[in-house]
Amino acid sequence: MLSWIKPHRVVLMLLAAGLVVYIATAMSWEWLPQFAGDLVAGVGVTLLILASTVILGFLFAVPLGLFQVTGPKPLALLCKGFCTLIRGTPLLLQLWLIYYGVGSLFPQVPWIRESFLWPYLREAWPYGVLALTFSFAGYEGEVMRGAFAGVPNGELEAGRAYGMTPFTLLRRIWLPRAIARALPTLNGEVVLQLKATPLVATITVIDVYAVTSKVRQATYIIYEPLLLLALIYLCLTGILVFTFRYFENRNPTRDV
Amino acid sequence: MSALLKKLVLVALVIIFSTSLAAAETVRVAFGAEPYPPFTSPDASGKWVGWEIEMIALVCKEAKLDCELAPTMWDGIIPALMSKKVDMIMGSLSITEAREKKVDFSIPYFKPNAVVVGTKSMKFAPTPEGLKGKLVGVQTATTHAAYAEKYFKDSKLKQYQTQDEINQDLVSGRIDATQADAPAMTEFMESKEGMACCEIKGEVAYDATILGRGVGVAVRKGDDALREKINAAIKATRASGEYQKLSMKYFGMDVYGE
Repeated sequence: MLSWIKPHRVVLMLLAAGLVVYIATAMSWEWLPQFAGDLVAGVGVTLLILASTVILGFLFAVPLGLFQVTGPKPLALLCKGFCTLIRGTPLLLQLWLIYYGVGSLFPQVPWIRESFLWPYLREAWPYGVLALTFSFAGYEGEVMRGAFAGVPNGELEAGRAYGMTPFTLLRRIWLPRAIARALPTLNGEVVLQLKATPLVATITVIDVYAVTSKVRQATYIIYEPLLLLALIYLCLTGILVFTFRYFENRNPTRDV
Repeated sequence: MSALLKKLVLVALVIIFSTSLAAAETVRVAFGAEPYPPFTSPDASGKWVGWEIEMIALVCKEAKLDCELAPTMWDGIIPALMSKKVDMIMGSLSITEAREKKVDFSIPYFKPNAVVVGTKSMKFAPTPEGLKGKLVGVQTATTHAAYAEKYFKDSKLKQYQTQDEINQDLVSGRIDATQADAPAMTEFMESKEGMACCEIKGEVAYDATILGRGVGVAVRKGDDALREKINAAIKATRASGEYQKLSMKYFGMDVYGE
């Protein structure tokens, strides 16, 4: 333990502590109590959007990756086309196309306006979740394609030799091995997805980024809300990274 | 000192000197970088036109200022002034108590009324009771957003970056109503889409503490020299009748609102 304490580390730690003390005392934080409730709610919305789009997107990504490896050819081409389209265009463009494009067509159709879905279709968040889900599916589809293709053929043949049906083979060997291979990449992609979520603020969804914008507009204080926002995202990223590392370490099989 | 170093120092001095000279001469005038007709909107070639733009030219001419247009994102327009990215704001910025804590204002040069525009398919009054349960779109960081947050507590509020986006969602039926400056809404109601979907439901009950004492030119705190120049210029445009002429051209009435 003592050997860990080196002069340069002590100096750096003191510098960091000094910076934190300076930021906390010399800058203005009197707006914080007033907006604390909004900030917590905003973090909740951000996490909800992240979790739902990562889960839904991954469910899409598995078939997207699998069909590109197994075929049939037309289906593989379709999946490849989808991934290329999503990965080749900016997410903001996709979001706005879905919200202001497709979304603004719905109200003109009378039976949609009268259906039970209308209260949801009027809201902005379904379009945000849809766009972010497509985006995650597009990127992960490509990752999963590589992961499926990378599982050694011998393992699959061994499964077949045991008389496993194709579905059992997928469930017991192919998918778990592919996910284990893709896990480090997925970690990075989930962090990227977290940092894509503030885009929903442009279509009137109030996430944590939108809350700090509101603070800035209401108080004309600029740097403090942005610093806090940076800290919040840094903490969320840290939690994500450590969670993934835990799962990676639980799986001791390294690729041979 | 080598010859090269001397040259470099000379060049650096020239650059510093010339930029500081240029900065002293031109006044950067900020307004919302968004289509907000008839006040400010880009024409087909990207040039900014509208009443506000002509008013800026008029005031700058009277005050003998060399003005440069600086379209700025609306929600950051006051921070841009405070951080000296621009020197004054002249863009339908209402004089409110909250803003006066951060910037100084000239005398008002325009008094807009706040109206509610809503979908034709529903009948309601521009009151908190009338808008109860309705989906109301407002532009973020405006007096209208502050008004809606205070009075329309039983409505569902949606905050947008620009009025343009609100109008789009009003046309497509995603929201039931919006509150904005009367002249801007009159202009919107004259468009084909506006006419088809919506109608002016009426003016909201005026609250001067939120909606302000009219629209003024904002300058940095303590920039009294510029503020006095602008005050004098606004009065001069009134006295010469040029203000009235411009107002008639765009609104068909005198909007000074004494």
